[in-house]
Amino acid sequence: MGDDPSRSADANAGGPVVTTSHSRAAGGGVPPTPLDGPPLGGGGGLPRKARFSMETGFRGLSTAAGAMVLVIIIAIAIFLVSKAVPALNANTENFLSYKTWFPNDAEPKFGIAALAFGTVLTSVIALLVAVPIALGIALFLSHYAPKRLATPLGFVIDLLAAVPSVVFGLWGRDVFLNPVRDFSVWLNTYFGWVPIFGGDGPFGRSILLGSLVLAIMVLPIVTSLSREVFQQTPAMNEEAALALGATKWEMIRTTVLPYGKPGVIAAVMLGLGRALGETIALALTLGTVFEISFNVIENGGNSIAANIANTFGEANATGRGALIASGLVLFAITLVVNMAARAIIYRRREFRDSAA
Amino acid sequence: MAKRIEASNVSSYYGSFKAIDGISMTVEPKTITALIGPSGCGKSTFLRSINRMHEVLPGARIEGRLTIDDQNIYDSDVDVTAVRRMIGMVFQRPNPFPTMSIYENVVAGLKLNGVKKKSLLDDAAERSLKAANLWDEVKDRLNRPGAGLSGGQQQRLCIARTIAVEPQVVLMDEPCSALDPISTLAIEDLMFKLKDRFTIIIVTHNMQQAARVSDRTGFFSIDKTGEPGRLIEYDDTQKIFSNPTEKKTEDYITGRFG
Repeated sequence: MGDDPSRSADANAGGPVVTTSHSRAAGGGVPPTPLDGPPLGGGGGLPRKARFSMETGFRGLSTAAGAMVLVIIIAIAIFLVSKAVPALNANTENFLSYKTWFPNDAEPKFGIAALAFGTVLTSVIALLVAVPIALGIALFLSHYAPKRLATPLGFVIDLLAAVPSVVFGLWGRDVFLNPVRDFSVWLNTYFGWVPIFGGDGPFGRSILLGSLVLAIMVLPIVTSLSREVFQQTPAMNEEAALALGATKWEMIRTTVLPYGKPGVIAAVMLGLGRALGETIALALTLGTVFEISFNVIENGGNSIAANIANTFGEANATGRGALIASGLVLFAITLVVNMAARAIIYRRREFRDSAA
Repeated sequence: MAKRIEASNVSSYYGSFKAIDGISMTVEPKTITALIGPSGCGKSTFLRSINRMHEVLPGARIEGRLTIDDQNIYDSDVDVTAVRRMIGMVFQRPNPFPTMSIYENVVAGLKLNGVKKKSLLDDAAERSLKAANLWDEVKDRLNRPGAGLSGGQQQRLCIARTIAVEPQVVLMDEPCSALDPISTLAIEDLMFKLKDRFTIIIVTHNMQQAARVSDRTGFFSIDKTGEPGRLIEYDDTQKIFSNPTEKKTEDYITGRFG
């Protein structure tokens, strides 16, 4: 490095001595190939490349697989729209602003407003409850817990993600309902002056119950993914923070959290996706009331997916079309949310790309 | 602005593995001390023991006594973050914070220590970047990502970040091993400049570098893999490279090492 003779006079012995001992006559040290026949590198002229090889075959297969995704999505979209449009045409109310759901009547009346509101409200509350707890657990697992504890605990969390939602729904309806009802009564008694905790009851099968059950279902997803990204924080960056005199929490704040932010946002979005689309758990825990109300503790609440599960059985052709239309709205909501999340992630992208 | 480091009979362990054995040396203020030796001989472990970065790894501990101006670094009532602020460190691979801009990187240490005032941070950023010979190259793009710079610039950015908190001692763990010769020279020039203000200890595999930059040189070695590393010889750089006392040192610096 920079062999400035005047400055490295004392040390130049290291260079030439070492290099001469490694020099060898061209090819002299390489033993002949032990294989019979021509050497693998090719002895004669360059052979022509094969016209159809595995290479072409695999490229075709993977292209076809990629194209199939598009075909399936387009086919689904065409199916949904073709079913939804006749029902929407038959609707005698405004689909976007009407609150109740009578699509099977001779004069179909149905609207998405209450359902969409309930869907978004339950999901948002679920995330507000679940995300802070999930991040706490994830940080504990990735940076605080001893390895002996972190591994089994992480395993249990992953197991929680595998519990079917119907189990959560039944548990919420039959078991979790009681403490939530007691808690709701308590909230109503002492904080009844806050509109969201007001009302005269009955309490229990409410937005709060549905949201809390959703929160428990979302928790393992957000925890698991966040832990993964937190663990991937480069050790050299963590050390850099510690070497500047950071405490452990300061180190986490300067390196782990900023580094993990896009991953955490992605994790939250996946959790939100699950919450928005959750069907059976909400069908079992919500009060099935078609109203727009911010009261979270009174019996009530409904969601698009729960409504589909509850009413699909007795729906006629128009009713099914109406439900499909509601499904399209749900799809649109998820799409908007995901795009918003991507926009957040991409905004500071240059800071991540250059880090790689 | 610079303090004396004194090690007496320091041994460092990773769990039950003893990585270095009984190191004793004194590093005077405002000097550059180079630690050389073959891979795995414990130079970096010793360096990381000085600012208590060694104990970051699970199971790592040290025995012996390490002092900075007669204050025991490992005293039970010493705040470890204060030790690391006083003894800054530059790592082998440039490690600017990837989510931060150049400016944010430089002032990261100050912010961690509660400096909030914009004017103070601005001053410190400019002063540190100038001291790290990087200011002219980055002054027009302070808000660009720090990780977007070249390797050599990143390393100087890391040096700026380290000296921004005004430490007493700067430890450098093979700071040039990931850099090209020109960037290496830039860092070496920088080290001469920083010597006026800081005590510098540098681990290097590059003997010419040790010979060029350091006042004193310590040669570490191990008898064989699995044995702890020892300090074989510690003397003026001039003496180590021209007339070493120990045969092992001479073998190593002349390239006749095992």
